[in-house]
Amino acid sequence: MKKYPLEFKVNGKKYSVEVKPNMTLLRLLRSLGFTEVKSGCEKGDCGTCAVLMDGEPVNSCLTLALQAQGKEITTVKGLGTIEKLHPIQEAFVKYGAIQCGFCTPGMVITAKAFLDKNPNPTREEIREAISGNLCRCTGYQKIVDAIEAAAKKMREGR
Amino acid sequence: MEMIKEFKVIGKRLPSHDAVEKVTGQTKYADDFALPGMLYGKILRSKFPHAKIKRIDTSKAEKLDGVHCVLTHKDVPNNVIVTRFGQTRAVGGFEGIFRVLAEGKVRYYGEPVALVAAETEEIAERAIDLIEVEYEELKGVFDTVEAMDPKAPKVEDGKSNVIARFKIRKGDVAKGFEEADVIVENEYMSQFIDHAYLEPEAGVAWVEDDGSITIRVSTQVIEHYREIAHVLGIPESRVRVITPKIGGGFGGKEDITVEYYLALLAWKTGRPVKIVQTREESLSFRSKRHPYKFRYKTGVKKDGRIVAVEAELISDAGAYMTLSPWVLLYSTVNAVGPYNVPNVKVDTYTVLTNHPPSGAYRTFGAGQACVAYEQQMDEVAKKLGMDPAEFRKKNYLKKGDTMANGWQIPNTVALHETTDLVLKALGEKPKPSGPKKLVGMGIASGMCSYGRMIFLHDTSRSKVRLELDGSVTIECGVQDVGAGQEASLCQIVSEVLGVPLKKVRIISGDTAATPIAGTTTATRQLYMSGNATYKAAMKVRDNILTKASEILGVDKSELVIEDEKIKKKGEKEGISLRDVAVACAEEGIELFCEAQFNAPFGEVPDPETGQGRVFPDFTYGTTGAIVEIDTETGEVEVLKIASAFDVGTAINPMRVEGQIEGGASMGIGWALTEDVKFEKGIAKAQSFAEYIIATAVDVPDIKSIIVENHDGLGPFGARGVGEVVLAPVPPAVINAVADALGRRIKELPITGERILLTLRGES
Repeated sequence: MKKYPLEFKVNGKKYSVEVKPNMTLLRLLRSLGFTEVKSGCEKGDCGTCAVLMDGEPVNSCLTLALQAQGKEITTVKGLGTIEKLHPIQEAFVKYGAIQCGFCTPGMVITAKAFLDKNPNPTREEIREAISGNLCRCTGYQKIVDAIEAAAKKMREGR
Repeated sequence: MEMIKEFKVIGKRLPSHDAVEKVTGQTKYADDFALPGMLYGKILRSKFPHAKIKRIDTSKAEKLDGVHCVLTHKDVPNNVIVTRFGQTRAVGGFEGIFRVLAEGKVRYYGEPVALVAAETEEIAERAIDLIEVEYEELKGVFDTVEAMDPKAPKVEDGKSNVIARFKIRKGDVAKGFEEADVIVENEYMSQFIDHAYLEPEAGVAWVEDDGSITIRVSTQVIEHYREIAHVLGIPESRVRVITPKIGGGFGGKEDITVEYYLALLAWKTGRPVKIVQTREESLSFRSKRHPYKFRYKTGVKKDGRIVAVEAELISDAGAYMTLSPWVLLYSTVNAVGPYNVPNVKVDTYTVLTNHPPSGAYRTFGAGQACVAYEQQMDEVAKKLGMDPAEFRKKNYLKKGDTMANGWQIPNTVALHETTDLVLKALGEKPKPSGPKKLVGMGIASGMCSYGRMIFLHDTSRSKVRLELDGSVTIECGVQDVGAGQEASLCQIVSEVLGVPLKKVRIISGDTAATPIAGTTTATRQLYMSGNATYKAAMKVRDNILTKASEILGVDKSELVIEDEKIKKKGEKEGISLRDVAVACAEEGIELFCEAQFNAPFGEVPDPETGQGRVFPDFTYGTTGAIVEIDTETGEVEVLKIASAFDVGTAINPMRVEGQIEGGASMGIGWALTEDVKFEKGIAKAQSFAEYIIATAVDVPDIKSIIVENHDGLGPFGARGVGEVVLAPVPPAVINAVADALGRRIKELPITGERILLTLRGES
């Protein structure tokens, strides 16, 4: 299969690669070393592979790599670092929102995109926003607690 | 040994040591790891649930460019093996035959037939398609009752499909029913459900310079290295299994997933090999929770005292025995639940069928029993005209009572307390939100053991080492599935040695580098490895205090370790832990200890009566649920869940709540939506679009209630919580639905379709 050139940015860094047209963004990101983008189903059902594309959340397993042409991709590693966590990440840690952690990167990404649009959500709105991200460990409650607390902190920080 | 009674770290809501690593995406799960020159493995699976293999031709696949090897059963040194599960005694009767790759015939749809290793995944997939297998389809057997018929097709040729049966005989059940004022008989059914961990089964294997094999795989049982060595026909010392952080287990990564295949392909090619199963493979072909058929007959006096229970439980083992007899034994011991019943007759069977092998799943058979006995408790209460909670309270086990298997309970059973707390948290049943709505409320109580069956003679080891700068390293072979297996050990050591959590590091899950700590199953890690780690830390503490006592001239019994300082109780100043560590090192005083904890050891219970202790101890609790049903769509909305458990001592209440909340979410799915649904041996649910687990909008805010009576067998009096938190949730939801409908749907899951049919009287 013929390969096509692709230029895009991941977490602020520019990448120029050649990819087959059937390559998904998920597979490309993971092959480039962005293993924080998790592969849970490759069918768009679980949300573990969520990334931001120009600030919008997408399931990278349902996005062709070539669709990222000229776009800016943000993974969970682009939000914060161990030394300087993003407020959402900080809240996930503090409120016990992480168990096995496999859904966490996608969940944090979805929360980020959501809070950017709705900085003062109700718990019901938070639940609705993360309903495309499955979690089998936590029962979602502490994730909702964390996002609620992060929203408050981010509002106060403005 | 002295006991630490006032806690600085235990019982605190501290974030887990690995939360930051996980939230920043640093954690490298099984599939997040690669090696230079790595090949990709794929599995050719059976296209029939039951068929003779007449011919396998791998020649075309072998010729494909980029293919390094194609393996069938002929290439496996020991293809037919007896499955064992971790560091256990062989007790006989529990170990079943397993075939690494199908040989002669296939016994379930999706059974591995051949393996390929190739340069890329694409090439491996193409090679799989080029393998020719000629099958002759055989009549399959998919229903347990049919499979029990001697004339039914045999899954293992020439052998009965009934692979294990257990009995409990306590008192005189006939006499009990004679004395009964009311007798209630019912049948119930539970379904195949999937673990649905978000991380599919995955791993990488490679050959070391000395020819030995290392497998880095997502597993709850690194100790499968013994079985892998046996399959390859090499010494156990030449196989190493490492587990990274596991993306969820719930029992589904307890038996072998991809280890054999990885080991064989790496061993044959000499190259590193990766296998990652697809979600379809995971959902359709991997082990499931055993579905059960239950028959219950309960006799009660008018005042609500239970006088007799007779129960028959039949589970679907699938095509291979694997863990089925053990799961069945859990159901057997749990068959009458946490109730004091003087006369009991329980008969249980597990039966081979042409379904994928059923396996371990959170509660390990105790949950299925709870689904049945708690529905039956409500049905009996209804017949008596008694409140379900009052009826249960008349019969709850208490300290000193004897369980159905004859074990006398030596510690607290706090079920009256947990039920009262749950009822209080639920409050009054609300009015329906509209004219076409029905509201129902239900409760259920449950129990689940923690620690493995005592005839397995379970042990765990852990090592604690104080570094010269006062930090601490723990080495312990626990597998961390995300429930805090590592974090609890860190918290225990932090408490015992007075070292802040951030200075405690744990190295885990490696058969070559960490002391063997047994399986992360059976709610056993806090109990077993917690006790082993506590024991090791206390030894190091004792050495430190002895030296500090000498330096300070203060009696050891008056010393405490706080904030990295050793000081006389009540005083502010003392000597730093670091200085004492250095002083110990200078004199050759040991700053480390590897300790072993042994569970109580016992024997297999009497086969004719089922009498005999089976478990170290149990955790008990109650769940309550309020649901609203839309009578036009059949949709069930869970409005409230409250769950209370006596956890002995909560090492970290935030993590205990996390377990309770996660258990509630999983239980809602079990009751209402989850169903792998096999039709003629083929799974209908092959993705999360068909296999519906609860999402964030399906679960209400859960009221978690932690009761602490401090008399468990774990460190600091803790009891295990990981499994029991699930057990009473499905029956509580089911009982709430029955309350709303005014009648009971006895088959799971209670889907909207079943509700609508029931409302129309067409069940």
